[in-house]
Amino acid sequence: MFTLQEIKRSLLVSIWFVFLTFPLMVIRVDSIEKTVQWRWMNMVYVAIGSFLLSFVFRYMLQRKEMKSDDNGDDDKKDKTGRSFIHQGLADPRYRNIILGSLLAVALIFPHVFSTYQTSIMTTALMYVVLGLGLNIVVGLAGLLDLGYVAFYAVGAYTYALLYHFFGLGFWVALPIGGLLAAAFGILLGIPVLRLRGDYLAIVTLGFGEIIRLVMENWGEFSQGPSGVSNIPRPSFLGIDMSLDTALIYTYYLMLLFVIFTIFFVNRLQDSRLGRAWIALREDEIACQAMGIDKMKTKLVAFSLGAFWAGIVGVIFAAKTTFISPRSFTFIESAIILSIVVLGGMGSIIGVIIGAFILILLPEYLRALSEYRMLAFGAILVCMMVFRPQGIIGSIRRTYTYKKQTDGEVS
Amino acid sequence: MHQPILQVAGLTMDFGGIRALNNLDLDVSEGEIVALIGPNGAGKTTFFNCVTGIYKPTKGSIDLFHKKKNRQISLLGMKPNQVTEQGLARTFQNIRLFSQMTVLENVMIGRHCRTKAFILGALLRDKKTMQEEDEIIQTSHEILTKIGLQRYENEIAKNLPYGAQRRLEIARALATEPVLLLLDEPAAGMNPQETIELVNLIQEIASEGQSILLIEHDMKLVMSLSERIFVMDYGKKIAQGTPEEIRNNPAVIKAYLGEEVDA
Amino acid sequence: MDYFIELLFSGLSRGAIYALIALGYTMVYGIIGLINFAHGEIYMIGAFTSFIIATILTILGFPALAIIVLAGLAAVIWSASYGYTIEKIAYKPLRHAPRLSALISAIGMSMFLQNYVLLAQTSDFLPFPQLIPDFAFMEPIAHIVGSSDMVILVVTTVVMICLTILIKYTRIGKAMRATSQDRTMAMLVGINVNRIISVTFIIGSSLAAIGGMLVASHIGQINFYIGFIAGIKAFTAAVLGGIGSIPGAVLGSVVLGLTESFATGYISSDYEDVFAFSLLVLILIFKPSGILGKVDTQKV
Ligand SMILES: Nc1ncnc2c1ncn2[C@@H]1O[C@H](COP(=O)(O)OP(=O)(O)OP(=O)(O)O)[C@@H](O)[C@H]1O
Ligand SMILES: [Mg+2]
Repeated sequence: MFTLQEIKRSLLVSIWFVFLTFPLMVIRVDSIEKTVQWRWMNMVYVAIGSFLLSFVFRYMLQRKEMKSDDNGDDDKKDKTGRSFIHQGLADPRYRNIILGSLLAVALIFPHVFSTYQTSIMTTALMYVVLGLGLNIVVGLAGLLDLGYVAFYAVGAYTYALLYHFFGLGFWVALPIGGLLAAAFGILLGIPVLRLRGDYLAIVTLGFGEIIRLVMENWGEFSQGPSGVSNIPRPSFLGIDMSLDTALIYTYYLMLLFVIFTIFFVNRLQDSRLGRAWIALREDEIACQAMGIDKMKTKLVAFSLGAFWAGIVGVIFAAKTTFISPRSFTFIESAIILSIVVLGGMGSIIGVIIGAFILILLPEYLRALSEYRMLAFGAILVCMMVFRPQGIIGSIRRTYTYKKQTDGEVS
Repeated sequence: MHQPILQVAGLTMDFGGIRALNNLDLDVSEGEIVALIGPNGAGKTTFFNCVTGIYKPTKGSIDLFHKKKNRQISLLGMKPNQVTEQGLARTFQNIRLFSQMTVLENVMIGRHCRTKAFILGALLRDKKTMQEEDEIIQTSHEILTKIGLQRYENEIAKNLPYGAQRRLEIARALATEPVLLLLDEPAAGMNPQETIELVNLIQEIASEGQSILLIEHDMKLVMSLSERIFVMDYGKKIAQGTPEEIRNNPAVIKAYLGEEVDA
Repeated sequence: MDYFIELLFSGLSRGAIYALIALGYTMVYGIIGLINFAHGEIYMIGAFTSFIIATILTILGFPALAIIVLAGLAAVIWSASYGYTIEKIAYKPLRHAPRLSALISAIGMSMFLQNYVLLAQTSDFLPFPQLIPDFAFMEPIAHIVGSSDMVILVVTTVVMICLTILIKYTRIGKAMRATSQDRTMAMLVGINVNRIISVTFIIGSSLAAIGGMLVASHIGQINFYIGFIAGIKAFTAAVLGGIGSIPGAVLGSVVLGLTESFATGYISSDYEDVFAFSLLVLILIFKPSGILGKVDTQKV
């Protein structure tokens, strides 16, 4: 591994990166004060960092190639030694223990930790649901949606504006937000879902930006860049709640919704519809030739994903009591996509873990939070290059038969 | 008894300046095995693509006779999935399996157009949905057993040996309960042993009354399997008839000059 | 009438900038079929590099012309190096992966570079020195056509001519065209495809760098986010013209630049970006092959 040649290569890489990053990392100028600041330490960091990372990069690349060479792939491995988590969940006894304890932790969480922690956890749960919703679109159906945040915005603004103009409450707005987002999904989906994958990605991105820009510029309707404030928190039978209680209540609401989403998505995945999505992702032409209506199947995935985003949007508006177009930039879509890609496209557990890592880690490692977006970008690249299936790859379900057909075996 | 189930007349397909199919007539009767042969680039795959709705033909008519409904249905202008619903199922020359799905799931996809469950069914898992799901699994399992792939059932499709992948394509097509089965070079790339097994398999399927239209380059296979043969060259039909007639047809020999015709 | 001509020229110079960026998209797309999402960031890095070098040179008291040339050169060198490196890290390992994997990687790269510049430099808008002086001979028409508009048009035209010559008549240009038509065949006839891909990235990035410098000097300020919008607009232009086609990219850029200029000039400037995005969505939906592009049918 550490042969002289390898070291030489890394040295070259290191020199290259020192050169590459020189103007941006080392120099900082002030064109008004006419001063130049030289930050030579940065050069040292880059040199050492790139030297070490180049080893890692090549090692990982080699490992990946070796794997695909002996047809090993991870799928094959799964047959004999599935990943620890899958094994745990495959056995119903372990599964109940694991899920039970997770649920217990989730239930007592707000009573053990502060409201601040609970609030962060609520945010993480929201991203779990957003991730699972986008997972239907990207992970299962293979449609790269870069404007997912638009549906989230539709949900949030639905509640904010319904309250603002008509005084409608949270529980009325919740289904309307979801349905309206789904309707937007269908409306957008009908023309764009015919497009090839990469064009679809760009069109959805454009759509996301359009929604945001319209909200920003159409002042009379959406109150423009300043956003809508004083949105009421979720109500419960009209009882007046203190701020703390309301936050805890929102947490439980979100938890309930997460459980329902997991339950639903899990069932969808193993259904006739779910299989059609995956087949569509694998090969559109073969899929059609097998009698699957491509447009209809895609539309359902797209609008179901949008529905979830819409619902979480309503909850988001209720939780923060204030929304503005700035909450719905492309960055937000990219974060949700990172969650899905990191966790493993098509894998429910993966997406949940991905959401917790990406949302909680920067919250708790404050020092790192500056580097959050940098890391998200790096994660997308590294996952695609080294581990396209994500940390927890999805596994295919296996079936057993009631009637054994021994007699027919030739 | 010998009711024609597929009737194609005057089929023409242009790609820009290239006329890939030129006024082609073809018919297949019930219970028949018909072969479509021709040199490379003759337009055989294009014919399949037109018939199954993947390409839109420039001209011509394609009619399927549905015995159950006892009427003729024009397939022209239908989307590929509608064609499959009507009763044509196909395999692909370049294998197009759902490579990340298991073998059984691949076949289960074939059942899609004969089943109904949707979002609510998936969510509620009511009795009807579960029955349907059981039916899908059971039927798919039986088809795999018939095709001889049951030991691979829970393998990921892309990990299968090449010959098995080709058979899986056939299994998947059969799962759609086709009136007519279209096979595009099912023996391509197979070794002699696999080819023999394939011939047996096709004969077995046909013996159950399945009508088959197949494209094939392996003359031995074509001659031994098919009851009638259509020969194409440069998008045109140059001959049709029984294997015996085709073997001695001068136009065919000329088209294949340099290629092995005799079995 | 003056207003019309003013809008016409500002539209043309806008279009010229879009063209410089759009060419990078279209060339990369033509060769490896990837929407190089990070291309806008290369443009932004070009603007930053030229900003840094120009400021240093100004402090050192260099003459204006030398500053322009040296800052431009630095922008080209570093942007090209970034383009080259990005391809090696984020795209090359994915050459046989599904199309969407490479696109996701490109999006990641774009986010990474944006935030890299944000952290290494600043998140504020930086005042960009006016590199292009107001020429004396332009004085009589200066209220209609600015000097920098003129320079942008001239520079872009010269660059386009050079690019056309390079692609039409040089060996490497022929190899590039061959590779974009059929990569496997090109490899079989002995073209070093990896090198051609690298060269494509280098050329595309250099053009973007020139665009970055020109536009920054024209507008007078930069920040780490300028690449995103410019990138999307240039991509719109490339698709409008027919992605993969080099004359198409130029044509699409000019059309987009002019329409934007007239729309903001005569209608309203509030919806400038909405307009570009809507155009993008509409073209992709109704004519994804663009003005000069080929319709691609998928062989089965
Ligand atoms: N989508 C398409 N666009 C343009 N030309 C096409 C297309 N599909 C097929 N062709 C052309 O039509 C002709 C017939 O091709 P086809 O694939 O049908 O031949 P084939 O008989 O199946 O050959 P083989 O035995 O090699 O499979 C060829 O010249 C091919 O290049
Ligand atoms: Mg063929």
